[in-house]
Order: sequence, then structure tokens, then C-alpha cells
Amino acid sequence: MELKYIPSGDSAFIIKAGDVISEEVNLVVRKLLKRLEEENIPGVTDFIPSYNELMVCYDPAKIGYRRLLETLRACAADPAAILLPAPTVVHVPVLYGGEAGPDLHHVAEHNRLAARDVITIHTSADCLVYMLGFTPGFCYLGGMDKRIATPRQETPRLKIPAGSVGIAGEQTGIYPMESPGGWQLIGRTPLRLFNPDSKPEFLFSAGDYIRFYSVDKDEYERIAAAVAEGTYQVIRTPKE
Amino acid sequence: MATVIVHTAGLLTTVQDRGRYGYQRFGMPVSGAMDVFSLELANLLVGNDPGDACLEATISGPELEFTGATWIAITGADMDPHLNGQGIPMNTAVDVRPGDRLGFRGLRSGCRAYIACAGGITVPPVMGSRSTYLRAGIGGFQGRALMPGDEMPLGEPLGKPGLKKIPEGLIPEYKHEQTIRIISGPEAHYFEIAGLRSFLSTEYTVTAQSDRMGYRLSGEPIRHKEGMTNIISAGISLGTVQVPGYGQPIILMADRQTSGGYARIANVIAADLTLIAQMRPGDIIRFKETTLVQLNQKTSSFK
Repeated sequence: MELKYIPSGDSAFIIKAGDVISEEVNLVVRKLLKRLEEENIPGVTDFIPSYNELMVCYDPAKIGYRRLLETLRACAADPAAILLPAPTVVHVPVLYGGEAGPDLHHVAEHNRLAARDVITIHTSADCLVYMLGFTPGFCYLGGMDKRIATPRQETPRLKIPAGSVGIAGEQTGIYPMESPGGWQLIGRTPLRLFNPDSKPEFLFSAGDYIRFYSVDKDEYERIAAAVAEGTYQVIRTPKE
Repeated sequence: MATVIVHTAGLLTTVQDRGRYGYQRFGMPVSGAMDVFSLELANLLVGNDPGDACLEATISGPELEFTGATWIAITGADMDPHLNGQGIPMNTAVDVRPGDRLGFRGLRSGCRAYIACAGGITVPPVMGSRSTYLRAGIGGFQGRALMPGDEMPLGEPLGKPGLKKIPEGLIPEYKHEQTIRIISGPEAHYFEIAGLRSFLSTEYTVTAQSDRMGYRLSGEPIRHKEGMTNIISAGISLGTVQVPGYGQPIILMADRQTSGGYARIANVIAADLTLIAQMRPGDIIRFKETTLVQLNQKTSSFK
């Protein structure tokens, strides 16, 4: 699809790369983000990449929309020629079931599977981080196997602990902060998705892949302690 | 070094600067002053950088004590400020001595007052900003609204500016009814013609469910075309007007989430956000369409 340039008021422009959720469209969004960041356009204040759009925020007192639009068009002339570094797989330990994942059995029953099959399926596919949003550090993930898809809970829980791993429809995700929510909780990770006192502050970036792996209670506690001390090294490998 | 001590906090008083930019791609809201124009004027009067951190007081003001000699300025909502019981003018630099107490007697106009102190409020910056983001408990004074007993450090004053008072013509009038200019949004075509007509020709009332995240309005429902309520989650900018399925518009403000899934009917232009930030529940908004081309012509004619 041809890129569309749409004003979002007088202090942001949207570059729309497509009308669907797809890895191809999202790749274009991420390529444009990289290219425009490199351009370092004076007056541009921030970027919000999403599934199929890149929002470019600017200060209208510093750059007029005509000049901005010209620069955006020039930078986005040939997205195919923009190269991104090889994606990273972030390995995310999860304690499945029990208190950490009270809905694991419900997800299994709903899909006529054994609980251990749900874990096997959930840990077997790499999930693309399409975008972050909703709350600080929340990832919109693609790539979950439909065999474990489960509708949301009818009555949302009032308090879901940070790190909870859940399923909502055909999506899987991790709660970065304690919050209310209706996802089916299958486990919990000891990793912190957002820590304003560490560098980088966020565990994931758009374009990363997440690979969940199962840990037992002892391993969970050991990692949680290391995370609290700031000594835990997150496992990151290049995507093959 | 001078500090500010909080004796009473007012309804909702937080430390805010221009906001936390650069992290929206991680889902981190910008926060910052709701009325950036007033924040900048306040800083200008005390000789600060225009984006330095001030106190943003909502509806009712705090009672503050200054431990050192400095100078301050109050802009935005007029809450009838007093220094040691004596009325002081708005939009004007005022000297304070050690032990002086600043109080507010009641709201006379607007909704949010900005209290700037020479040198700025120098709480530690978090991710490049001193703005308070209440929902995640980040920034400002310990990530929360001010409470009695809090004591905040002030920075080194840069020097007294020549400007003592903001000329009156520069300060917008905070009326209970405002016409707000908007630019058509990316999903304006998701709405019925009748819905767009409602949006642009009827009045919307600011509801009590309005806060730093967004202004929820109530009025004639804005009808979507059949099945065109939601979009693929996408970015939201300051002043985006989104319309969920029930047809009532929400204007997204300083603490807005970075992305959302409701159709974006329009965006309020930057210059008019200062008016919205000074509106209270019960106030009335009329939307008026403009375009980037029109706005640009106006700016050029000033030059």
C-alpha cells in the first residue's frame, strides 16, 4: 500500500502504512521510525509507532507542517531500502499454573487440552512485539497459536499482579504493572517490564520477539531475587 | 538553598513541567502541565527556562511556605492568591521573604493555576522530566500529588527578568462557554453525516468524569457508521478527540494513554488546549472546524 500522510491536529502527523495487522505493514512502520530518527528533524518531539501507523509529534512553533511533510515524504520515499538490524529474541521465564496462573486449567479445558499442552504450545512460538501502549511497557503481541485461544473472563479481576502472563482471545500478553483486567492468567514472569530507575527503562521494544520458557518455583524465586538486586541478565539472542 | 513547604495541599496539586517526551513508543504517557501556555508564562515572569517545573493546582490552591527569599508568579486560573493574608496580583512577579506564606481564597476563574518559583521546583527528574504521572506513581514529588508536610527544593535563580507583568491582552479569558477549534481527524469518515453535524453544531458539556487524562463530554450522541467504532490500536496525540461506541466525545489531555482503539474524529489545535485545560465540569464547548492551511495563513499574517 502507498503511504498516507494524515494530520493529527497541528502538532502531529500520521504516516499510515496499511489497513491491516500484518508483519509486513508493521515492518514498514519500524523502518520509517528508524529512518526518521536518524534524520533528527528539528522541531520533532516524539514518535508513536503502532501496528500500521507511525505518529510523528512536532512543535508547530519550531517547524511548519509543509516543511515537515516534505521531509517526511523524502525520508519515506523508499522504505524497502531502509535496513533494520536483525531482530532480537527476548527470553521470558514464566512460572505456569498454580497461584501464578489461576486460569491455566480453564484455558486447557476450553481448548480440550491438558494443562501441560497449553504450556508446550505457549512456549513454542516466538511472538512479535508489534507495538507498546495502553500502559507503560505493555506489549501488543502477535503470533500466539490459536489452539490456546480463550475468550476474556466475563468479570474482570480488580487486581492483577505485575508480570502476570495471560490470554485474551487470540492474543497473549504480560501485565507490566498491577492493574485490573479480564485476561485469562496462565502464569507469571519474575522479569520487570518497566523500571524507571534502570537503563534501559523498558524490557521490550517494538520489533523484538518474545519467547516464553517454563521455570519452576525455585528458578522463579532465584530470578526474582536477581531482578530485585539489579543483577539479572536478561537473555537476548538474535532471531534465527 | 530555599525550599517550599506544603501546609495544605488543595484538591490536586502536582509538580509539572512540559512533559516526558521520547518514551511514548514504550507506552509512557507524556504528562506535563495541562495548560502549557500558562506554565511558560509563569516561568517567564520569574526568569526560569520556559519548561521548568512549576506547581499545578486544580480548582483549589495549596497553602505554601517559602524558607528563603525568592520571587514567584502565579498564572492560569485565578484562585485569589494571598501572601501573608494580603492579596497579590495574578500574572505578576512577586517578591517573597523567608517565612512568607502563600494561600488561595477561592476559585474566581479557570480551573488550573501555575505557581512558578525562581529557579524552578528541582525534584529529581525521572526519564528526563519532573512531571508527575499519577497512575504509575512516577516523577514529581515521590510520584504523587502533594500532601501537607512535603518540602521541595528550589533551584538556583537565573536572575530577575525585565518583564514584571504579562500584558493583559496575552491572557485568554476563561469563560464557561468556549468555541474550540479542531482539525478533522483520521477517522472523521467513520461517522454519519448527521453525527459530524452534531459534533460541529451542537453544544457539549464538560462532565465530572474529566481529569488530567481526558475531558469526557456529554451532548448529542455522535453516530458512527454501522460497525465503524473501533480502529486498529494507534497513536493518540495531545488534543485528539475520540468517540467510543456510545457516541460521546473524549478530548485526550496531558496524561492520555499513548494509543487507543476508538475512532479519532478530530484534534483540538494546540493553541486552544490552554482554554480546555481551564474548563471545569458543567462548562460548555462548541467545536469549530479549521484546517492546517487556514492556521498557517494566520500565523504568516502576523510575521
